[in-house]
Amino acid sequence: MDGGPDVAMLRRRAELLAAARAFFSARGVLEVDTPILGDGLVVEAHLDAIPCQVRASAAGPTAERYLLTSPEGPMKRLLAAGSGPIYQIAHAFRDGESGRRHSLEFSLLEWYRPGFDDHALMDEVEALVRALVPSIAAAPFARRTYREIFVDGAGIDPWATTVREVVAACVRLGVPVPAGLADGTLDDALDVLLIGDLEPRLGFSVPLFVHDYPASQAALAQVRVDDATGDAVAARFELYIDGVELANGYHELGDAAEQRRRFAEANRVREASDRPALPIDEALLEALERGLPPCAGVALGVDRLLMVATGADDIRDVRLRLDA
Amino acid sequence: MASYSTSDFKKGLKVQIEGEPYNMIEMEFMKPGKGQAVYRAKLKNLLNGRILDRSYRSGESLESADVEERTVQYLYQDGTYYHFMDPDSFEQHEIPKEGVGDAGKWLVEEMRCDVVFWNGRGITVTPPAHVELTVTYTEPGAKGNSTGNVQKPATMSNGVEINVPVFINVDDLLRIDTRTGEYIERVTKS
Repeated sequence: MDGGPDVAMLRRRAELLAAARAFFSARGVLEVDTPILGDGLVVEAHLDAIPCQVRASAAGPTAERYLLTSPEGPMKRLLAAGSGPIYQIAHAFRDGESGRRHSLEFSLLEWYRPGFDDHALMDEVEALVRALVPSIAAAPFARRTYREIFVDGAGIDPWATTVREVVAACVRLGVPVPAGLADGTLDDALDVLLIGDLEPRLGFSVPLFVHDYPASQAALAQVRVDDATGDAVAARFELYIDGVELANGYHELGDAAEQRRRFAEANRVREASDRPALPIDEALLEALERGLPPCAGVALGVDRLLMVATGADDIRDVRLRLDA
Repeated sequence: MASYSTSDFKKGLKVQIEGEPYNMIEMEFMKPGKGQAVYRAKLKNLLNGRILDRSYRSGESLESADVEERTVQYLYQDGTYYHFMDPDSFEQHEIPKEGVGDAGKWLVEEMRCDVVFWNGRGITVTPPAHVELTVTYTEPGAKGNSTGNVQKPATMSNGVEINVPVFINVDDLLRIDTRTGEYIERVTKS
């Protein structure tokens, strides 16, 4: 496909986006178009934004802006302003991410549903994926907790384990362990086990939602106490199809102080590993202070969904090849 | 010594680990939803062919290895070393027997081979994918059995025994795949 754009793939993408617009239109969800250039970010420890210098006038001073890693901040500002349910097909940018399933620039389908919780939104994600990829198996999507994935796949309970045990499980399962993992955080060790051994096996017979993440991996999700175990779990989910992570959703956190604390903690982790702290999206925090309606939101990777729909093995096969 | 950081990692990169040269034969960028990126690489040891499966995180680096591949001409072997010549510079190179390994049996004088050099020293040899050799011994083929997949052993001029179709005779010139050691076709009849 190096000879030029793949026209059949172009058509497939257009059909998929048209189907998404029809899906949301029928459900009364409003399409929005928010800026992808921002002066503050939804700061995460392991997401790097692409900085750029801008000038409001040709002779004016330069200011630092970022290409946003997702449209989450601006969309939540709209929700707080009373937009009601909204969706967006947006380009997002993540510096340093380039590979078979990653692209520096990619397309997200992101939407927010006031009044929904994470499980209600999973129902809607399932309905959308069926509408966009009719070839998906008819059987209902499976739902399993993060704990179940680790217990069944590796004999590890993430809420009752140690870094040492997780590293030992990696070795036992033939997952190469990066240097320093044994001296790092439990989340880093769990991630290495997840991507090295568990993830490639998720969502094969039927698509799978993994939900109830460790509170330390909540990002922008609410944390609640699990009734059965008494553990703190994040109301966060991810969708997997054929070993590919397709979507990440939250029962959204509305507490501005807690969100500020998490952004600061993410920046602390960044600085501890010699990566620059990033400016926090203050407008988002102000909107949370004014009041975000209780809602759930999710971002789905359009390129990866196209990969699943077409059987493509490399994200560059479903996009124009502009990346190095 | 120069080094490569994880952002330079890609298939075909030549690196040095614990003093030995490796070829990065596979590289995958992996990243969990909210977690740290991992660069997973399969690395082939250029001295002994062993494969390492390693994970690296952003900021790690590997030493570069001074490795290059050149096409040279095989001259002769003396029991300890195989001798080659660069056809352009006429410079001669010797490679120890263990570096040549199994490839040695396919080498005939003046054959052009790909040799991997590490720090200017030849370390491995790859013979051409296809070579032509003469049959020195094989049982006569049974009459009326010249079709189908029936095969018989034949000894070639380099001493290697391969399986050939029953119609092959002594002094036939055969084309052989050096990667599999299998008969491809008869080039000329005796």
